[in-house]
Amino acid sequence: MKVALFATCLVDNFYPHVGESMVRILNHCGVEVEFPEAQTCCGQPAFNSGYQEQARVVGRTLLDAFGDYDYVVSPSGSCTGMIHHYYPHLFDSDPGLARIAHELVTKTFEFSQFLVNILGVTDLGARFSHTVTYHPSCHGARLLGVKQEPLELLARVRDLNLVELPHAQDCCGFGGAFAVKMHEISTAMATEKADWVTETGAEVLVGTDMGCLMNIGGRLRHMGRSVRVMHLAEMLLEGMEQGSGVKG
Amino acid sequence: MSAGAKDKTSVIERSHAALQDDFLRAAVRFTTDRLKDRKHGATEELGRWEEWREQGREIRAHTVSHLDYYLRQFVDNARCAGAEIHFAADAQEASAAVLGIVHEKQAQLVAKSKSMVSEEIHINRRLEEQNVRVVETDLGEYIIQLANEMPSHIIIPAIHKTREQIKDLFTRDGGQNLGTDTKALVAFARRKLRETFLTADIGMTGCNFGIAESGSVVLFTNEGNADMVSALPKTHIVVMGMERVLPTFADLEVMANLLPRSATGQKVITYMSVITGPRRAQERCGPEELHVVILDNGRSSQLGDAEFQDVLNCIRCGACLNVCPVYRHIGGHAYGSVYPGPIGAVLTPLLLQGEEFVDLPSASSLCGACYEACPVKIPLDDMLVALRRRAAESQRTKRGERAAWRSYAIAFAKPGRYRLVTRMARLAQTPLVHDGYIESTWGPLMGWTSSRHAPALAPESFRDRFLRMKQDVRTIKSDPQ
Repeated sequence: MKVALFATCLVDNFYPHVGESMVRILNHCGVEVEFPEAQTCCGQPAFNSGYQEQARVVGRTLLDAFGDYDYVVSPSGSCTGMIHHYYPHLFDSDPGLARIAHELVTKTFEFSQFLVNILGVTDLGARFSHTVTYHPSCHGARLLGVKQEPLELLARVRDLNLVELPHAQDCCGFGGAFAVKMHEISTAMATEKADWVTETGAEVLVGTDMGCLMNIGGRLRHMGRSVRVMHLAEMLLEGMEQGSGVKG
Repeated sequence: MSAGAKDKTSVIERSHAALQDDFLRAAVRFTTDRLKDRKHGATEELGRWEEWREQGREIRAHTVSHLDYYLRQFVDNARCAGAEIHFAADAQEASAAVLGIVHEKQAQLVAKSKSMVSEEIHINRRLEEQNVRVVETDLGEYIIQLANEMPSHIIIPAIHKTREQIKDLFTRDGGQNLGTDTKALVAFARRKLRETFLTADIGMTGCNFGIAESGSVVLFTNEGNADMVSALPKTHIVVMGMERVLPTFADLEVMANLLPRSATGQKVITYMSVITGPRRAQERCGPEELHVVILDNGRSSQLGDAEFQDVLNCIRCGACLNVCPVYRHIGGHAYGSVYPGPIGAVLTPLLLQGEEFVDLPSASSLCGACYEACPVKIPLDDMLVALRRRAAESQRTKRGERAAWRSYAIAFAKPGRYRLVTRMARLAQTPLVHDGYIESTWGPLMGWTSSRHAPALAPESFRDRFLRMKQDVRTIKSDPQ
């Protein structure tokens, strides 16, 4: 099967190690990954701000990039959710693009979703001797319905002490441009999230969306809190290097 | 803090004020957390909640799609039962209809039960301008009337008030120190309100649902005050939004399951009153006259609009407020109109169309909790995005914002340009980066950096790194497919 990585603009520019972790893990699962250069961004920042035409122009790069692949895997429930929830409508005025958009919806998966539901892998043989708490990102959970998959992967990591994050379902206040445009409200939300994360006593906060983690992590660091913030893929790879590799 | 419809401040300014108010934030957090927990328990206990939601959505969507038919049926049957119907195109016409009845009856005192639609038409202010006394008889509404404020929640109007603040209001009203004991406070309100029920010339209520098949008005309350207000005074005025209709009592059964559970986590509402016409000859109580004022006020403009018609499905339960992380921090008044929270951020710009509400739909992180909580599945998050699109398309957003998104589209539309622009940004950021982060608090991203450290662009992008990556693909025996 031909699998493409949809890196997302955030991982491409700010968090390349998250993309690399995904590639390494997928390689471990027997999957070779390609990175089509035509991709830039899903267009969600503009779309959610109301600039639909600009979102269409940018989102078009994904339609161009992923036509030839069986699967597209991304490190973000939010960007994957953008494709699933809004692309069919965004491209519905052009029948050709609409068809490609519909195909893209059926073959695009968030990272944990792809591992658990498509590859059937939950145990990566990882070992991670830390106290971890998990923030379920809103779009992944609500737009895509990815709720159990990250937890199933975490449950199979040896020596990992998972502590529940209070008010986990509450948004961290990222919301793309919202975080800048309505920064005071966003900061109040991020502060509450950072406080709950701190209260768990966890050494590591794990999530499946770098937008949210950039927000919570940025707030934690600004508040002088020393919690380490990691994408699930990054944490799993580190755990695999400590552990023994993939178990069926 | 009081915010009226004439308030021209922006949501940014109003929320700034709310965020400084620790009492308000603590009170809102405390109550919404409790309501959320209770709702969770009540829906679990009922079981198959998603099926109930879907049934609720179907009923409301069907009714609103055929609103002309069901509203006509409701009106015909209500008239047959002896009610007098008044149609009002806007708030002014609705107020005029109410004032007409008040003048005809030479009424001095109007007793009200809680009604959002009466807040929408600002009837209290109109009546007071005519020197008619209005008394709110719902406990929460009574509190905010004493405080001279607007409700800050659809179901819990005084959610932002602490017990201490309520004690002060009642003490000022009653002239004696009541203490903060709930029983003493409630007893005081009960005593005061009994007088009102018995002496009011007119009782005014809203309408949770109008039943088309019988022309009945259905009211849900927990305090029984709507029964008093509708039964004791000689004249009963109902103000209802034109979309509040349900075809049959069978549909009401579904709503009676959805509404109290979603609103307060109750299995059943304490009082559900069904009022069909005024008092009949052989009946011992009830008003001599029943007037129903049916309000449009921008609602019919949503009919036939594929993006927004579903907003009329709302049953005003307030569940979207209780789960909203934005509402949690800024409370209701910051929304600047009578309908707060996610439903308010959608409904207010649609109904009122004022320039001061253009940025209201931007006060959401689009987390989708509102849709998940809505008992009739209104896609509020999609509607917020659609409202933002309308604002952008009609050039009502800031010029700088429009320019920024145009630049984004130009830079990100072609991979070559994207690569060039991100490389340039990587060079440009160099003097600002310390330890992988940008900590300075100036420039266009000030809103971010004032409270959060921003990550610096990585020295090497993923796309560049990928070119050098050697993939060590593990061979596994069976195809995972």
